[in-house]
Amino acid sequence: MIKTRKNQAERIQEISGVNPRKCMKCGKCSAACPAYEEMDIKPHQFVSYVLDDRVKELAASRSLWKCLSCFACVERCPRDVKPGILIDAVRQLVEREKGGDYLTADEIPGLLDPELPQQLLVSAFRRYRR
Amino acid sequence: MQRIGVFVCHCGSNIAATVDVKKVAELLRVEPGVVHSEDYPYMCSEAGQSKIAEAIREKNLTGIVVCSCSPRMHEATFRKTAERAGLNPYMVEIANIREQCSWIHKDKEEATKKAVILGRAAVAKVNLDTPLKPGESLVTKRALVIGGGIAGIQTALDIADAGYEVDLVEKTPSIGGRMAQLDKTFPTLDCSACILTPKMVDAAAHEKITLYTYSEVEKVSGFVGNFTVEIRKKARSVDMSKCTGCGLCQEKCPSRKAPSEFNRGLNTRSAIYTPFAQAIPNVPVIDREHCIKFKTGKCGVCAKVCQAGAIDYEQKDEIITRKYGAIVVATGFDMIRLDAYDEYDYSQSPDVITSLELERIMNAAGPTQGHLERLSDGKAPKEIVFVQCVGSRCADRRGKSYCSKICCMYTAKHAMLIRDKYPDVKVTVFYIDVRTPGKNFDEFYRRAVEEYGVNYIKGQVGKVIPRPDGKLMVQGSDLLDNRQVLIEADMVVLAAAIEPDPSVREIATMLTASIDTNNFLTEAHPKLRPVESPTAGIFLSGVCQGPKDIPETVSQAGAAAIKAVGLLAKDRLLTNPCTAAADELLCNGCSSCENVCPYGAIQYVEKVVNDHGIRESRRVAQVNGALCQGCGACTVACPSGAMDLQGFSNRQIIAEVDAVCR
Repeated sequence: MIKTRKNQAERIQEISGVNPRKCMKCGKCSAACPAYEEMDIKPHQFVSYVLDDRVKELAASRSLWKCLSCFACVERCPRDVKPGILIDAVRQLVEREKGGDYLTADEIPGLLDPELPQQLLVSAFRRYRR
Repeated sequence: MQRIGVFVCHCGSNIAATVDVKKVAELLRVEPGVVHSEDYPYMCSEAGQSKIAEAIREKNLTGIVVCSCSPRMHEATFRKTAERAGLNPYMVEIANIREQCSWIHKDKEEATKKAVILGRAAVAKVNLDTPLKPGESLVTKRALVIGGGIAGIQTALDIADAGYEVDLVEKTPSIGGRMAQLDKTFPTLDCSACILTPKMVDAAAHEKITLYTYSEVEKVSGFVGNFTVEIRKKARSVDMSKCTGCGLCQEKCPSRKAPSEFNRGLNTRSAIYTPFAQAIPNVPVIDREHCIKFKTGKCGVCAKVCQAGAIDYEQKDEIITRKYGAIVVATGFDMIRLDAYDEYDYSQSPDVITSLELERIMNAAGPTQGHLERLSDGKAPKEIVFVQCVGSRCADRRGKSYCSKICCMYTAKHAMLIRDKYPDVKVTVFYIDVRTPGKNFDEFYRRAVEEYGVNYIKGQVGKVIPRPDGKLMVQGSDLLDNRQVLIEADMVVLAAAIEPDPSVREIATMLTASIDTNNFLTEAHPKLRPVESPTAGIFLSGVCQGPKDIPETVSQAGAAAIKAVGLLAKDRLLTNPCTAAADELLCNGCSSCENVCPYGAIQYVEKVVNDHGIRESRRVAQVNGALCQGCGACTVACPSGAMDLQGFSNRQIIAEVDAVCR
């Protein structure tokens, strides 16, 4: 994992820009999720997992790779908590940990199309991770 | 030279914990003019006030500075203390060392330093204070109530019962408001119309109440006790003195395409109409936008059938100008628009409705004569899903940040009524929290669950998908069971958030009454003055101040009425002596002050002035002290420095600034 004094939950909040404290536990994210049945940890639980600093479990979950990044939960969340962005940040953490044989950070900006949506990048990472 | 006394309050530990009060008293003792300085744990207490009075008498003080809380809290208290001890009350200055110092700082040394500076500024101001005498203004013994819903009706009745004249202005053709649209009311399930219509009749029949329906407030000027209001009485096209309310015109009207506002657009009405059968007054209006006579010039059926000859196509809007002592705002609420909530399919599917629409469907006088049926095909639903908090408690731009407060209870009511009348219908409620604080409220909700078998699911609905066979697939989450549920519903009812009626913005601007970011009117104090606006003479009744149910609205309406009556009962009001005045010799007649004055208090007059021996006629500004509210805009606008505000003169303010910078 990236060497830092911050705990992982804080890293996730920093990467995602999401404040999980804003969640009012309405469950609309899990109600909107099309991949719900495939997931072991459900979208509304992402929030409490980050709050409880259980990022390791999230990183090892099936949900991490079952999330479609469709962002229905992000779109519908009434409190602007964005569970989809949270799990996306965990995915980024995992990707960075694996790092080294991918690209160096300096190479990426040159390759990026500014119009490219972030979720496309993420799904590309997922597809080519082997 | 003034003889000034300084009194430093501890406010228990509120100030003393963060500010070294002894040191403040000691350092202020050597300020110019100060002849007495002391500190005390509670200056506002009986004993504290006696200390002030004693010092004033014994040391012949000509002015005092109280270092304490905000002047909003206790300026009036200490002014009265000074007056009792024989000092002019305007020789009192407050240095706010609580809200502006101890409460916002942590470092005691720094806070003490700031408290001393604030005290010094106040001493500098007292040195230049002059005794002021308030003027008097008469109170017009008549109240205006804006909005004819249950809040406005109750306020008007209470003021009228106390013996004062009331004008009740309502923008729609009838009084009654939202409550008239409801079927039953929680938690006792009595019929809304049965308890409301007698009150409507009382209001119409009361000799002290004048109804102005189909009318809107257009302009407000003046001040507490002396408001002048222009009311636009929109052309009804029906002579109210002739109409008998027989209803024949509505029956025969060939134009029937206008959506019925009263039934939330679920059906249509004629172009000449009363909103509902029990409307008060029972006199129809012609909706000129939909009337064939007004659109094409050819029709006139209503005039032909009217036995009383009441139809008047030539009628024009009328402006009524009246004086009022007090104004009560009771503009009520509407539901938010749900266009942005695509996930619930509200805009597409006629079987996804709001709670207020369901209210009309369940009402015997509604578009389906009270039969619960789907609006798409008229079939009886077998399964109904209720969704709570649609647009309430939202942090995003689509909804409102607040809890709408009434939805939990009316949804329990709807669910219960449906289960009672149609026991074979399955009812599911998706909730985030069930909030039932109120007398017999939780018992009511529990009855819905335990006795009526309403299925409550803790979770939200993510989407509603219409199926070709007409069913609505409701996908929601059950958080307690940690599963996603899919319900085949026939009808979905959305508890949409409520918001202040959009007209309130314009009315608040006219009244210079403040509103918050959600367009709710702000109260003078959230706990201790909940029915008064910070603007004197303006009172708040009902949902225009914040979400509330009928019992709360009625209590607040009564409270607003007694506050208005308390004002109307006075013959005279003392006016604030801190008003502007122009120095005739310095005034250059430019009209800048007249242009910025929000109260129309400044007029220009031709006047002979003696400028150092030269007598000449000049155009100079003159302030009407009764109209001036002391806002100070003119003193800033005046380019020649001729305008000054008594009690807040330019010299005093500069002296305060000097003292702070010393």
